Amino acid sequence: MEALSALIFPILTLIRKELLAIFKDPANRIVLFAPAFVQTLLFGYAASFDLTNVPYAVLDQSHSAASSELLARLDGTGVFRREATLANANQIAQVIDEQRALMVIAIPADFAESLAAGRRAQVQLILDGRNSTTAGSASGYVASVVAAFNAARGGGPGLELVRRAWFNPNLESRWQIVPAMVATLSMLQTLLLAALSVAREREQGTFDQLLVTPLTPLQILVGKSVPSIVVGMLQSTIVLLISLFWFDIPMSGSVWLLYLGLLGFTGASVGIGMSLSSVALNMQQAMLYTFLIIMPLTLLSGLITPVRNMPEVLQVATYANPLRFGVDLVRRVYLEGASLADIYHDFIPMFVIAALTLPLAAWLFRHRLA
Amino acid sequence: MSRAVDIYGTGEVERAPPIIVARDLVKRFEGPDGAPFDALKGVSFEVAAGRLTALVGPDGAGKTTLMRMIAGLLRADGGALQVLGHDAAQDAQEIQSRISYMPQRFGLYEDLSIQENLDLYADLHGVPAHVRGDRFARLLEMTDLARFTARPAGNLSGGMKQKLGLACTLVRVPDLLLLDEPSVGVDPLSRRDLWEIIEQMIAEEGLSVLVSTAYMDEAARCERVHVFNKGEQLAEGTPGELRAQVTGLTYVAAPREGEPARDLQARLIDARDRIVDAVPSGGKVHFIRRPECAADSLGDLLVGCEARAREEELEDAFMLLLRAHEEEEEPTASDQGGPDQDGEAALSSGGPEPDQDGAPIIVVRDLVRRFGDFTAVASTSFDVRPGEIFGLLGPNGAGKTTTFHMLCGLLPATSGHLEVAGVNLRQARATARRRIGYVAQKFSLYANLSVRENLEFFGGAYGLRGRTLRARVRAIETRFDLDPQAQSGNLPHGYKQRLAMAAGLLHEPRILFLDEPTSGIDPLARRAFWRTITQLSQEGVTIIVTTHFMEEAEYCDRIAIQDAGRLLALGTPREVREEAGPRGQDMNSAFIAIVENARAHERTRAAAPESVA
Amino acid sequence: MSATGSGFVQRLTALVRKEMRQMVRDRSNLLVGFLLPLALILLFGYGLSFDVRNAPVAVVIDTPSVAAREVVSGLEGSRYLAPRRVTTMAEAEHLLGDGRVDAIVHLPVDFARRYAASRARVQIVLNGIDSVTASTLEAYLSGSISKTLEHRVDRGEGGLSGAGQVEIVQRFWFNETSNSTWYLVPGLVVLIMTLVGAFLTSLLVAREWERGTLESLFVTPVRPLEIVLAKLAPYILVGLVDLAMCLVAARVLFDVPIRGSLLAVLVSSTMYLIVSLLLGLWISGATRNQFAASQVALLTSFMPAMMLSGFVFDLRNVPIGVEIAAQIVPATHFMTLIKTLFLAGTDWAMVARSCTILGAYALLLTLLTRRTVRKRLD
Repeated sequence: MEALSALIFPILTLIRKELLAIFKDPANRIVLFAPAFVQTLLFGYAASFDLTNVPYAVLDQSHSAASSELLARLDGTGVFRREATLANANQIAQVIDEQRALMVIAIPADFAESLAAGRRAQVQLILDGRNSTTAGSASGYVASVVAAFNAARGGGPGLELVRRAWFNPNLESRWQIVPAMVATLSMLQTLLLAALSVAREREQGTFDQLLVTPLTPLQILVGKSVPSIVVGMLQSTIVLLISLFWFDIPMSGSVWLLYLGLLGFTGASVGIGMSLSSVALNMQQAMLYTFLIIMPLTLLSGLITPVRNMPEVLQVATYANPLRFGVDLVRRVYLEGASLADIYHDFIPMFVIAALTLPLAAWLFRHRLA
Repeated sequence: MSRAVDIYGTGEVERAPPIIVARDLVKRFEGPDGAPFDALKGVSFEVAAGRLTALVGPDGAGKTTLMRMIAGLLRADGGALQVLGHDAAQDAQEIQSRISYMPQRFGLYEDLSIQENLDLYADLHGVPAHVRGDRFARLLEMTDLARFTARPAGNLSGGMKQKLGLACTLVRVPDLLLLDEPSVGVDPLSRRDLWEIIEQMIAEEGLSVLVSTAYMDEAARCERVHVFNKGEQLAEGTPGELRAQVTGLTYVAAPREGEPARDLQARLIDARDRIVDAVPSGGKVHFIRRPECAADSLGDLLVGCEARAREEELEDAFMLLLRAHEEEEEPTASDQGGPDQDGEAALSSGGPEPDQDGAPIIVVRDLVRRFGDFTAVASTSFDVRPGEIFGLLGPNGAGKTTTFHMLCGLLPATSGHLEVAGVNLRQARATARRRIGYVAQKFSLYANLSVRENLEFFGGAYGLRGRTLRARVRAIETRFDLDPQAQSGNLPHGYKQRLAMAAGLLHEPRILFLDEPTSGIDPLARRAFWRTITQLSQEGVTIIVTTHFMEEAEYCDRIAIQDAGRLLALGTPREVREEAGPRGQDMNSAFIAIVENARAHERTRAAAPESVA
Repeated sequence: MSATGSGFVQRLTALVRKEMRQMVRDRSNLLVGFLLPLALILLFGYGLSFDVRNAPVAVVIDTPSVAAREVVSGLEGSRYLAPRRVTTMAEAEHLLGDGRVDAIVHLPVDFARRYAASRARVQIVLNGIDSVTASTLEAYLSGSISKTLEHRVDRGEGGLSGAGQVEIVQRFWFNETSNSTWYLVPGLVVLIMTLVGAFLTSLLVAREWERGTLESLFVTPVRPLEIVLAKLAPYILVGLVDLAMCLVAARVLFDVPIRGSLLAVLVSSTMYLIVSLLLGLWISGATRNQFAASQVALLTSFMPAMMLSGFVFDLRNVPIGVEIAAQIVPATHFMTLIKTLFLAGTDWAMVARSCTILGAYALLLTLLTRRTVRKRLD
């Protein structure tokens, strides 16, 4: 018991010192927490693939009751906003080029006659493909409006689609993005904090002072990791609270499981950060190495584009990316309410990463002098 | 272009207009506590052209602030400053184009080579190409850097960096050369070279030089000396004029048979009511009597010692001026440095017992450390006995710090045997670390933590806990007169040094390692520091120390001199002085003699490899 | 005596040479300057895609029928979908829960009967965790099923053929196949230009403050503007090499067209590059501390360029506050322009407008940065 507390106590002292060093500086307190707050709000609004208020233009050469009815349906969805009414086809290029309208609906002069004659009445839809995702969604909306129009006219193939979306009934992309940021935003700074923790001490000469104390590498490692993990978890908590109470995204799973997952995830991130820190000769290198890996980690995490859409090779590479599993884990626990049995496999790669990087960092503490 | 050149001070230049004129100069900074404090409190002085002028003073005297103001880098908050006929506040760029300035830490680009650094500054100063060849050749020859022109500046030793910095400021002949403590952290050999260059340039080119320094022997070489303390000018004059103030007050005393000089020195320096200052030198003790004390009132301090009058030096005048000023400022303050006597009992309780006759506490046998092809420490052996003060001396890059790192267990040895506090370092580094304290060369505690937080952390790291920890921290704070709430990074230099020592002593180590503890500290603080060291030694702590101040070797029981990784001399200061032969009257010259002999020997050996084969 | 004019060129050359050497000698600079952009180009070109291809879909048919078979073969004909038959709904839901299929198409018991009456009902179950994929999939599924049924109407096998039908003929301009690589790659130019500024130049001035080299540099004839310009030069070169990599990769590897004027692409990219570098320098000089500089640069320059500039997320849908924030970010103005130049062609009015905004930013930032190296220590 005495031996155990002699082992633990110096670690606690080190943790206390690290936390003091981080939080004593008012600038640090701001840098560590304000960005998490602002970014969550900002990206919660900005990071959206959903359509609201899509500007469009109309070229109605039919001027008939039927064309008006179709357009009224379009305007009634709340998704589209009529930006311009065009007089001739030459104006189409202009409104699209200038990005005044995302799409143009062109209704031909024979529209009403064709319908009345029971023929097919073609409506042309021109979309701005510069943002293919938005254009694709807009096209989908128009299709559903037209289908409803046809159905109301008693025609069409008579198909009724009943959609049911699990975990995100209205398919809001904010639900997809914001919970994932619980993991993503904290990773950015946790990694940097860990990467700088040793590099800064080396640069300021305090690391030698630490190494001449009886602290073992393992004690230093634990003492240095825990504060970074704590900061990471606090940041995650900020994002989580905003997600729950500002954006009202309901949480289906267990908070405990979520935090258990975050602990594993932050641990793996800190391990990577500490290894970088031990390799870097100075703070500048530590920062640049961090930037160097943080971009691929974010892009290959499935945060924005699904991992399944990646080429096979990259999909394999993502096993070394804790963020991939962090994002998956948070989304599934938060939105799906997954249980430990459902997501235990997400823990394995994270633990493997932590188990490799943390001992490596500890070994490098002493073998990277001079 | 003619200049008024009169370096020998015959008075000719007095008529030349001064190049620096300061009138009631005030500079205010915001102190660490947020309250404003005056770094310069209305200073007035003039510096004449074509001369070597010194600014001397302890930490916080305002020397660097003044230098920066002259260089146009800081604006005055009051008064007027004219440099080369320009107002320093209005025409900063004009001044900056004509002067050269070497800050304390010269901004060499460490990733550029020596040649590239020189080229950069020559280009910036617009030195024409046809002048450059000769100029560079001469500078490189003077600095002895010609062999390394392709080497990155970052790979140079401290002394070489300073020389290169000086060369960069001399790529053209400036109208005024400002040198801010050019020799801090530089070994005696490099220091000598540096001054030779400066004096040569003055002789040949009639440079006007303003140099700030903490070394009084350097100031003594200047034609005019301005003494500063706490933002005020205390005195100015030629070194002779300043020395005259202490005439008749300076003595040298030989200690009793068998008494170390440092014990006599300690006794003298503690008698502040009668003695201004005392330092060990050449086995004897130099001291200054207080002017108001009669010469015959010192009898009890000097029982059994023979004291003679000695010729006064500039340092004596400096010490007298400073003491007087300090007492005037704070008549009640106990002293400038010096550990608090009350805390002493707390420290020594449970401390290690002095053990003069015991087995060595540090055993070093055939220690070798290589970095790739480079041998930093070559087959070094020595012992240190318990309670000893052991000095490790050597030029920059001699391998002192590497040896230190190995002794502290920071760096594994390539080969050899190392035993510290009875523990073989190869097997039980953690155990050995528990028994040693280490104070690094650079201040290396956490700058943004308070004094107490730092102490509590290091105490905890050494396994102290709860009540023991609190008691130790309190005792050590009292002993070193530290304010527990002060933020460590904002402490004055001397106090940082004390804090670092305090942190190293918390766990009552048997051995204390000090790596260049007095580098960059003024004479006043150095006295206080060594007083603490001698006290610790009396308490039985073994002390290993490296230093660039050779006169400080006199405080040591034994010293070792290292150069290029090899051990050149080992013994008591006296033995080492004698080993140096006739050139070794004082430690500084003994050191230079030993290192130069060894280097000459090495060169002849290298020059004639056939004869060896 | 001191000729300021002639000294300018010599001093600037000397400083540029110095900066160049420092940049080249630190490997971490080159890694971030060249390797990271290359990695990003490859990731964006090959790795990242929003496009749904061969999405696994479970099909549950409660009662087999000809009509149901037609629907399944319709799904099989789509290159976006990979349908697989599953016997029970429970099994399908299990697959969806495990993420082994992305959607379930459920043809209920009465499908064939209602189908004959042209009142067919089909249930689609999606996994909403990835809402983008889910929405896209829904559109593909409904399109495929509708088409099958339309063919049937055409064959006169059902439907109320008395009434006319509205049919959509759609065209994606600029990106005919609606390929996400086409819109990600032009945005990558912006991202990489931003990265050089945010990660590399943001450390430059701060490093000189921390290492004390500026103090020596100040007391020379050097002017603050020269220091700023010299620091810009080597990184402009890095940025231009990166730009060239982007353009070549876009053209050769990813077949993204560059429909606008190449000159306009180069000019506007260089202008944005300068703005981005200056922003980094300004942050660096204002913070005088490498750690703070990198943090501030990351949060105020890089993240907004990624999230707020319209790179991935369309800014047409954001609330006004976010819209204002986005407009302040220089990257937003360049993003719009570069996508147009790549995919739509040269709209000279837009080029002029964007370049004016970028020019104004460059000027403002030059003045601000110059102030941070104004040769004063207090």
